[in-house]
Amino acid sequence: MITRREFLQASLAASAIVGASGIGNWSKLAAQQALTQDQLFQFDDFGNVTLIHITDIHAHLRPIWFREPEWNIGVGEVKGLPPHVVGQDFIKMFNLQPGSPEAYALTYEDFAALGKTYGRMGGLDRVATAVKAIRSARPDSILLDGGDTWHGSMTSYLTNGQDVVNAMNALGVEGMTSHWEWTFGTERVKEIVETQLKFPFLGANIYDAEWDEPAFEPYTWFERGGVKIAVIGQAFPYMPIANPGWMFPEYSFGIREERMQAVVDEVRAEGAQLVVCLSHNGFDVDRKMASRVKGIDVILTGHTHDAIPEPVLVGETILIASGSHGKFISRVDLDVRDGRMMGFKHKLIPIFSDVIAPDPDMAALIEAERAPYKDQLEEVIAKSESLLYRRGNFQGTWDDLICNAIISERDTQIALSPGVRWGASIMPGQDITREDIHSVCSMTYGQVYRSEMTGEFLHTIMEDVADNIFNPDPYYQQGGDMVRVGGMAFTCDVSKPIGQRITNMTLAATGEAIDPAKTYVVGGWASVNEGTEGPQIWDVIESHLKKIGTVNLEPNTSVTVTGI
Amino acid sequence: MNLSRREAILLALASVAATSLPAQVKAAVEDAIAAFTGGAELKSEGITLTAPEIAENGNTVPVAVDAPGSASILILAAGNPTPGVATFTFGPAAGSRMAATRIRLATTQDVIAIAKMEDGSFAEAKATVKVTIGGCGG
Repeated sequence: MITRREFLQASLAASAIVGASGIGNWSKLAAQQALTQDQLFQFDDFGNVTLIHITDIHAHLRPIWFREPEWNIGVGEVKGLPPHVVGQDFIKMFNLQPGSPEAYALTYEDFAALGKTYGRMGGLDRVATAVKAIRSARPDSILLDGGDTWHGSMTSYLTNGQDVVNAMNALGVEGMTSHWEWTFGTERVKEIVETQLKFPFLGANIYDAEWDEPAFEPYTWFERGGVKIAVIGQAFPYMPIANPGWMFPEYSFGIREERMQAVVDEVRAEGAQLVVCLSHNGFDVDRKMASRVKGIDVILTGHTHDAIPEPVLVGETILIASGSHGKFISRVDLDVRDGRMMGFKHKLIPIFSDVIAPDPDMAALIEAERAPYKDQLEEVIAKSESLLYRRGNFQGTWDDLICNAIISERDTQIALSPGVRWGASIMPGQDITREDIHSVCSMTYGQVYRSEMTGEFLHTIMEDVADNIFNPDPYYQQGGDMVRVGGMAFTCDVSKPIGQRITNMTLAATGEAIDPAKTYVVGGWASVNEGTEGPQIWDVIESHLKKIGTVNLEPNTSVTVTGI
Repeated sequence: MNLSRREAILLALASVAATSLPAQVKAAVEDAIAAFTGGAELKSEGITLTAPEIAENGNTVPVAVDAPGSASILILAAGNPTPGVATFTFGPAAGSRMAATRIRLATTQDVIAIAKMEDGSFAEAKATVKVTIGGCGG
């Protein structure tokens, strides 16, 4: 007798045969200028339920450049497994053609050159076209948003997330979970959830901090294609640690694995034939949770911004990773029979903005939201001759620029910039607008502090953050990248335990070793502490850019990574 | 990451404590376990300890222990200067044998729960709770 896991493995094998989710062989088409919207959306309907997943758009409503990471180190059991595969290795693993549209979309290789051919990606108006196309083929599709939606652009900052909320309502999202949403503060989150959202805001792991009881809707029901479906939300587990807890002191989060199991058992007992977890755990946390919580059919993952062209099968659960910034959406068709998921078909649809026609209604909505701020948004501040990007475990050129700005504008020896994974790239030769600056630093706690720290304390910070990324147990990882450091070089051995990873800390300017007992002037932004004082980071960057006029970054060699 | 100098010093001290657990604390943990169990063998089944992987606030960390059929439950914070947290005792009429409280953790450490069962056997559960200075979630 064939077990259910074998059925699911057969589904996975079928998607491999047609090559990267059936998207193969576009390079030729693109070269012939023949890549079409229909080809991007092409999908042979399968089974009886369709899920559409979008996540981590970070308020980027318009098409962007977005370079995928060159460094995404996996430690422990996940070493060498997706999403910890980049560049050529990724191209080989998923059988892509170097230089093809999918290689451009999914890897960092030749990014600037390929960008000229294939153009920007994303744009919620293009996403709307894709969603409408899927819904017209499968009217019963369920559209789910994994969170990190309302925050991350200048317009979302100026409207307190309103522009994005309006856009997601118009897109017809049917359920979401959350992370950066909370940085607008409890009051604003409740206002949006209670009076504006046309769909549920789910989080089985959001608890009342005082009474340690569930505080938000844990799941919602759908009846589609004759199947009773439960969608359980899982918000970002480390909200009050990674972001300022004082902005939402009423709530506690956490992975709460036992709670997830209890909720899965509850919905199964109530007759769920398909259980979907809409998660903002991050991929490695979800992979571990899938191995320990029984009864979830599909985890729609988010938070770590991974785009993986095939589902990852863990036991009898499939994990879907749909990228970030509106660059991709996933379509997942499921065959649910006799109360069980018996097979799936999946496609990670890249949103090539020059190929997919914008949906006129969504385009008009986005234009209208921008109109009051248009002049501020589009003012050119400087020009970049360098490729500016954010993603990477240790460094990004955007962060190099930000650290330079802090050191220069705030007159510090050392600069620290948080290892967030959001923010669009800038192509060489491109103008940098004020909106582009906000794309990489917009937030409700962007004050740039200037303070003194001992060498020992700097080391403690570095070790603490490194453990959030390289702890071999995914449940102790928070899903960001390493804090970016300007003015100081160091070595990180990712294989060591906390306290032993960071060595050879030296002042970049002089090569002098950092003395644990000595005090250094440090500037940084995105402090989680209440009452942080200083100018906003976007103003610091703008002021720096106006002085230099053109960005021309030197290669950064300050971090040495060992133990890979 | 804009900590006051006092916080910075406290954290620096905490990190030192984390890397070298003083011998007397280790001995205190062993003594407390020995006093509770009389050196009996510890099973790992029959007891569930629930604690966060990473504390949202090290000053008040919620922990819960459920051990059906237990007569008493000992909770220890193995890395605190004084590891003893609480011993909960259940009478024969107690409807459920579970206890929940909030504890203060000085640094990243193991929380240990040991249940003494009504049949005189013992069960143990451990959880590592990380106390962090907060980072930069992407």
